[in-house]
Amino acid sequence: MVPTLSVDRLRVSFSHRRGSIEAVDRVSLQIAPAECLGLVGESGSGKTQIFMAAMGLLPGNAQVSGSVRFEGNELLAVGAPTLNRVRGSRLTMIFQDPMTSLTPHLTVGTQLSEVMVAHLGIPWKDARSLAGRMLERVHVPEPKRRLNQYPHELSGGMRQRVMIAMSLLCEPSLVIADEPTTALDVTIQAQIIELLRAVRGEFGMALVLISHDLAVVAGLADRILVMYAGSVVENAIAEELFRHPRHPYTAELLRCTPSVTGPRLDRLPTLAGQPPRPGEILEACPFAPRCSRAADRCRVERPQLEGSSTSQVACHFPLIS
Amino acid sequence: MDGLADEAARRLRSNPAAVAAVAVLCAIVVLTWLGPWISPNNSQTLDWLHIAARPGMQSSHWFGTDRLGRDLFMRTLAGTRVSIAIGLAASVISLLVGVSYGAIAGYIGGRTDHLMMRLIEILSGLPLIFFVIFLTVIFGRSEYLLFFAIGAVGWLTMARIVRGQTLSVRQREFIEAAIASGAGTGRIILRHVVPNVIGPVIVYATLTVPQIILFESFLSFLGLGIQEPGASLGTLIAEGAGEMEAAPWMLLVPGSFLAVLLLCLNIFGDGLRDALDVKDA
Repeated sequence: MVPTLSVDRLRVSFSHRRGSIEAVDRVSLQIAPAECLGLVGESGSGKTQIFMAAMGLLPGNAQVSGSVRFEGNELLAVGAPTLNRVRGSRLTMIFQDPMTSLTPHLTVGTQLSEVMVAHLGIPWKDARSLAGRMLERVHVPEPKRRLNQYPHELSGGMRQRVMIAMSLLCEPSLVIADEPTTALDVTIQAQIIELLRAVRGEFGMALVLISHDLAVVAGLADRILVMYAGSVVENAIAEELFRHPRHPYTAELLRCTPSVTGPRLDRLPTLAGQPPRPGEILEACPFAPRCSRAADRCRVERPQLEGSSTSQVACHFPLIS
Repeated sequence: MDGLADEAARRLRSNPAAVAAVAVLCAIVVLTWLGPWISPNNSQTLDWLHIAARPGMQSSHWFGTDRLGRDLFMRTLAGTRVSIAIGLAASVISLLVGVSYGAIAGYIGGRTDHLMMRLIEILSGLPLIFFVIFLTVIFGRSEYLLFFAIGAVGWLTMARIVRGQTLSVRQREFIEAAIASGAGTGRIILRHVVPNVIGPVIVYATLTVPQIILFESFLSFLGLGIQEPGASLGTLIAEGAGEMEAAPWMLLVPGSFLAVLLLCLNIFGDGLRDALDVKDA
């Protein structure tokens, strides 16, 4: 079976006045059809840049190498016209901030319809009625009225629903949700996650959920990748990852998640230290300075991601499951 | 956009100076078209009995006549019409060229932007008067040439303004979202960039009209613009200036039309800027 998206040794770096900064360091990953992949990591770990590269959204000073194949076709270095046939229709993206990701001077209906007119070549009138139906499917109340409204007339949660509707218009095979709930308040977050779950069941597309919040990813993802300093440190089935984390970083992250049922703590647990500065070239394990299990070997040899396709870890001394 | 446009229109209406300016502008425009029905004279006929007549209600020459006995009321209206037409036409040319040029340079950026902006700098380094004289020598004198010459230079600043605005709009997330939706460069520039820079563009275009009218008057004053027997405010003022001591009305009548016209256009442009600039409101 051809994976929906297959990233192979992808490297993304940004040139800079003084040298270059490595954002993504030889990341390989695969997404199967209809799979939901969670991608977790802190700010600057490179989780978004992988998909920016896939969508051709990297800024001009980025250098990319490796390969990103979507349904078997290479996406890197194919040029905008080729990419435009795929992005927005088969491969779509939901952005972090729905407040700024809709064009302010066009009505919701026009923006939704335009995607279908451009990609499917259907007439405006049909596109508009399809747009109305799509809004209904993402549970936007009064969809007919919304079509004639401007983005600023809608609330944040509503706008994110519009963004989700937009990503689904051409029946994509992969939707990338880049921190889809970060800009929303907690109650709305839960609704949006619930909607993503429902939509996944209904449309059967693969979904990538990028987040710095394990809790957001927990209920939705089949499989979770944990990223640290530009590379994947652990790849596991979601339940396994929560029950038996193998990389010390994952274990620390889980330890830092406050529990509703657990004892009340005066201070929330934190992870000591800082991630390596971007641009530092590391011979050692990037997590070694913050790791309680680090040994001499960790400081001289960088561990590679190893294991079966459902359980990989990049650590010399993984936690025993 | 119409939510925003309604809001701007409301703010413009609550600005008394701008409303008055618009009223006066409308009155002047209507007058230039109604002139032939109000006055028994026309702008070309020589009245041998009233050469260089004073203004007054005794004869039908309410604003007097010039030194060839032509009715100054009608000549001033004809001149105003020509001046407004040149102002509008050249502004439209500078608007179309400037907006497309600036939006393309700003959106594509990089080397393209660099080359396009250098070309603008070279063009704006050309001495304008020399350029116009040069064109008239090659192509002869014509009104269309004047439109072209003024429009050709007027778009430079417009292109700079649009480029600057485009550079900031380009960074906004909805542009990234549009790229991610598979929109091509042309579609993004037309549908997502240009409508978002249109506010400052409209304001600048409104303020361009009086500049161009003034510039045309200046060229006509030097004898490079509209030729006899046609008239623009500039040619009338030039004629009037020659007779200033003997017949001051020949200067004062077209002069005050020009002053009022420019004042109203500028007040209107300022009002429009205040109405569209949400930050200052």
